[in-house]
Amino acid sequence: MVDIFYPLQWIADKLTYGVFGIAPDTHLAASVNFIIYDVLKILILLVVMIFAVSYIRTYVTPEKTRKVLGGKTGLQYYLLASMLGAVTPFCSCSSVPLFIGFVEAGIPLGVTFSFLITSPLVNEAAVAALWATIGLKATLIYTVSGILLGVFGGYIIGLLKMEKYVADFVYNIKVGDQNKKPEALNMKERATIAFDNVKDIVEKVWLYVIIGVTLGGIFHGYAPEGILAQYAGKDNLLAVPIAVVIGVPLYSNVMGMIPIVESLIGKGLPVGTALAFLMAVTALSLPEMIILKKVLKNELIGVFVLIVTVSIIFTGYLFNIIL
Amino acid sequence: MKIEILGTGCSKCNKTKEVIEKVLKNDGVKAEVVKVEDLEKILNYGVMITPAVVIDGEVKLVGKVPNEKEIRKWISQ
Repeated sequence: MVDIFYPLQWIADKLTYGVFGIAPDTHLAASVNFIIYDVLKILILLVVMIFAVSYIRTYVTPEKTRKVLGGKTGLQYYLLASMLGAVTPFCSCSSVPLFIGFVEAGIPLGVTFSFLITSPLVNEAAVAALWATIGLKATLIYTVSGILLGVFGGYIIGLLKMEKYVADFVYNIKVGDQNKKPEALNMKERATIAFDNVKDIVEKVWLYVIIGVTLGGIFHGYAPEGILAQYAGKDNLLAVPIAVVIGVPLYSNVMGMIPIVESLIGKGLPVGTALAFLMAVTALSLPEMIILKKVLKNELIGVFVLIVTVSIIFTGYLFNIIL
Repeated sequence: MKIEILGTGCSKCNKTKEVIEKVLKNDGVKAEVVKVEDLEKILNYGVMITPAVVIDGEVKLVGKVPNEKEIRKWISQ
């Protein structure tokens, strides 16, 4: 297969050995080469991916999602909610209004959770960075299993009938209709929105990408080969749960985390363990739990965290078996 | 004109207020700018993703910080 990213490797080689004049086969050369190649590749894929998904998103608003999912039960709606979650990003400060809006529209609690679980877990920026660093196959597996994890988690919460653990005031809020005329956008307007979104996200994450890639690059160049295979290899069954438990409370920019994880994989960390760690970092975070406490009672938050954590651990084992 | 900025206090909401106030000042337009942080009021407008901008009771923008061009378009109407 032709490597479409070959030109980037060529640029990285030229800069490292030619412009900077670093002797090949040194730790420094390996680090610098890794950093240049990764920054270029991540940024290019980031722009392409965010543009594409943002363009699609001009057709999918949370208001539409709410109408489509209202009052629906059945496994297919869990899947739909999870997939809509994947293309709808929201910052953690919007999780409370979204939650109330969904519940108020008569969307079953479990379906609402499918949306809430997948939305942070699968997003276009993380997918682009994963693709750039650990390859298309692992990225597709991450995306599909992230969506299935949302379906599964939401479905279990639905089965447990936990409606009474939602804060009472939630059921009393009346959600209005946006008296906003639906705009008929043309292609150019959609493209402008998508382009603005690319600018927004890239402005927000570029620094994390560079910091993450730099740390990853240093590790890549200087850490001994296979160091992680020795301590956290597939035969160490504790590695996956430990990675997940570390990742859960961590609130970090996943864009910075991905290149670091890439370098860990390079030194022998199994891909499944690495992906499980990334899932744990993105899916759950302490600040988000604190925000959700406004609308969920402790029992429901506990069940939510437990289900997602256990699912991610099993996903990690599964990845390690199939990858 | 009454401009309401809906948001539960995230950084994007503050940025929205800043940019709106900047445009109003630059263009010499008088308007009352209010931040709405009450969840119920935000949801009453049907807004689930913040920040959002409401002008004279009409939802203009949801889920992102407006740019100066958009703001000018709203305040000139």
